[in-house]
Parts: sequence; C-alpha cells; structure tokens
Amino acid sequence: MDGILISLYIFVLAIFVGFEVITKVPPLLHTPLMSGSNAISGITIVGALISAGAGHNQVAKILGLLAVITATINVVGGYLVTDRMLEMFKKDKTGQKR
Amino acid sequence: MVTITNIVYLISASFFIIGLRWLGSPKTARKGNLLSMLGMLIAIVVTLLDKNILDFTYIIAGLIIGAAIGAYVAKTVEMTAMPQMVALFNGFGGAASALVAYSEYVRVQGVMNIDVSITLVLSLLIGVVTLVGSLIAYAKLQGIMTGAPITFPGQKFANGVLLFVALALGGFFVADPSVEMFLLVIIGVAVILGITSVIPIGGADMPVVISLLNSYSGLAAAMTGFVLSNNVLIISGALVGASGIILTNIMCKAMNRSLANVLFAAVGTDGGGG
Repeated sequence: MDGILISLYIFVLAIFVGFEVITKVPPLLHTPLMSGSNAISGITIVGALISAGAGHNQVAKILGLLAVITATINVVGGYLVTDRMLEMFKKDKTGQKR
Repeated sequence: MVTITNIVYLISASFFIIGLRWLGSPKTARKGNLLSMLGMLIAIVVTLLDKNILDFTYIIAGLIIGAAIGAYVAKTVEMTAMPQMVALFNGFGGAASALVAYSEYVRVQGVMNIDVSITLVLSLLIGVVTLVGSLIAYAKLQGIMTGAPITFPGQKFANGVLLFVALALGGFFVADPSVEMFLLVIIGVAVILGITSVIPIGGADMPVVISLLNSYSGLAAAMTGFVLSNNVLIISGALVGASGIILTNIMCKAMNRSLANVLFAAVGTDGGGG
C-alpha cells in the first residue's frame, strides 16, 4: 500500500506543477503549446514498450505492439509538427523585417 | 539498474516541465520543444535498456511503423490543417494508453489490487473517449463530416447517463476484476460518449475541444502510470492533464467565452480548418 500512496503524492504534486507551469501565453503560441504538450502525453510510449516487450502472453504483446505504433505516431508526429509550427513563426518574423 | 532507470525518468520529467515552461514564451519556445524531445528520447532509451524487456521483435516493428507514419504525416501536412493533425496525434496517444492498460489486464489475467483495477478502468475510459472524441474533431475540421453542431433533445442528459453507466460498470469491475465483459462494455460506452460529447460542438470551437482532449490524454497516461506503477508516466501525464486545463481556459478567455459555454452552447457553425 506504501507504493500506491507515494505514487498518489507524486500525482497530486505534479498536477500542481502543471497548473503553475503555464502562465501568460501569447495567442500565437496557443496551438504550438497544445501540440507540444500533446507530444509529452506520448510518454505513454514507455508503458507501451514495457507491454510489447515483457511476458509470454501473445495477446498482451499484440496489444502492446499496437500501443507502441500509436504512441510512436503521437510522439514523432507531435514533436515534428510542433517544430514545424515554431519554425514557421521564425520565418514570419524575418519576413516582416525585409 | 532499476535505480538508474528511475533517475533517468526523473531527469526526463524535469525536462518536460522546463520544456513546457519554455514553450509558453516566443523566444524560448523552439528550445523548449527540443528539450522536451530530449526528455522523451532518454526515457525511451533507458526503458529499452531495462532488463524487464525480454523480446524486442514487436518493439522494433512498432517503433519503425509508428515513426514512419508519424514523420511522413508531420512533414507532408498542410500548415492550415495543423489543428486537426494535433487532434489526430492526440487521439493516438489516448488509444495507446488504453491499449497498454488492456494489455496489462490480459497479462495479469484478471488478478490485481484495487488501486490497479480502479486506474485501469479510468485509463480505458479516458483513453477511448480521447481517441473517439479526437477522431470526431479531426473529421469536423477536415470536412469529412459537417462542422456545424449536431444536437438532439436531451443530449446533455444522455451524456450524463452514459458517464454514470460507465462509472457504475467500472465499480462492478473493481468489485470483480475477473469479469472481462465489464471492460468490453465500458469501452463500448466510452466510444458512444466520445461521439456524443464532441458532435454538439461547432467547428470554430474545435481548437478549444482539442486542447481539452489533450488534457484528457495526459490524464489517461497518468492512470496508465498507476496501472504499471511507473512514475514518469504519472508525472508527465499529470503535468499535461493540468497544464492542458489551464491552456484550454486561456484559449476560452481569448475568445471571450467560458469553457461551459464552448462545451454546451452549440455555437460556431463553420469548419475552422477548411
């Protein structure tokens, strides 16, 4: 029971961090921020890797494989798309200077 | 090795927090995204090095397929189609959390403690709602279905009943985790709930909903973290869940609306992305 209690502490404290970490965000950054934090929620890939690689139960491993595929799409796609958006803003700025 | 793994997880969680902070400011945004990327990379690498992994066949296959699809879509998507693309990726994240939870259920063959069974139900429910809701949001913005709100009499009441049914079934499952049928019905109810809670929202309001669904996928990841007793999932999931709510609120305020107004008022007739 101790383990679950410590996990619950971590969970609640991390929620408070999440509430504080974002403050004033300019509207231009709303979509990239959403996209970037979406990529972070792809951390579930760690769980997917454990599911796909552990044990000898074939059904559990196939579910794990599907989880690895979907989580990897989330992570790779999410970070690349965020980077593309942020890169575009940079180009926009230099364009305005010209 | 377990200690090293957990220290690396702690570093990676810290990178996510700093990265998220930097993403909120124009000067540091790109650097923040790169730092968060690095955090993800080290978390993946240290998980692969962990001795708990016995078989790499499915992992390598999954990583290659997922990375190829993700990279291709991210590189080719039109800039104007970005919001629906985020929705789609987010839906996959929710699906992954639900799949991991179900995989764990199959692996332990129905024998689990009460804390695992509770979080397993929540992970499945939130994960599937995130997946289906995100797919509806994608379809609306992409013009696959109408961007106009789809409403029917008693919709809010019906959604309330669905949520109650899902939670009641969850209670039955927690009482007897050996009955797999409970989980399957919960998944079915979650699919309907994902549809009925997003169709009444207009296309123009969709970015707010995507942000809310992003928060859900974080919560789903955190619940999966409880199922697997994995702290990096719990921290990062809680982080995204909470900051997602804040961002959703900021986006509502920018439109001079309240979140309740966006979710229940059924305004905004046009498809935003086109």
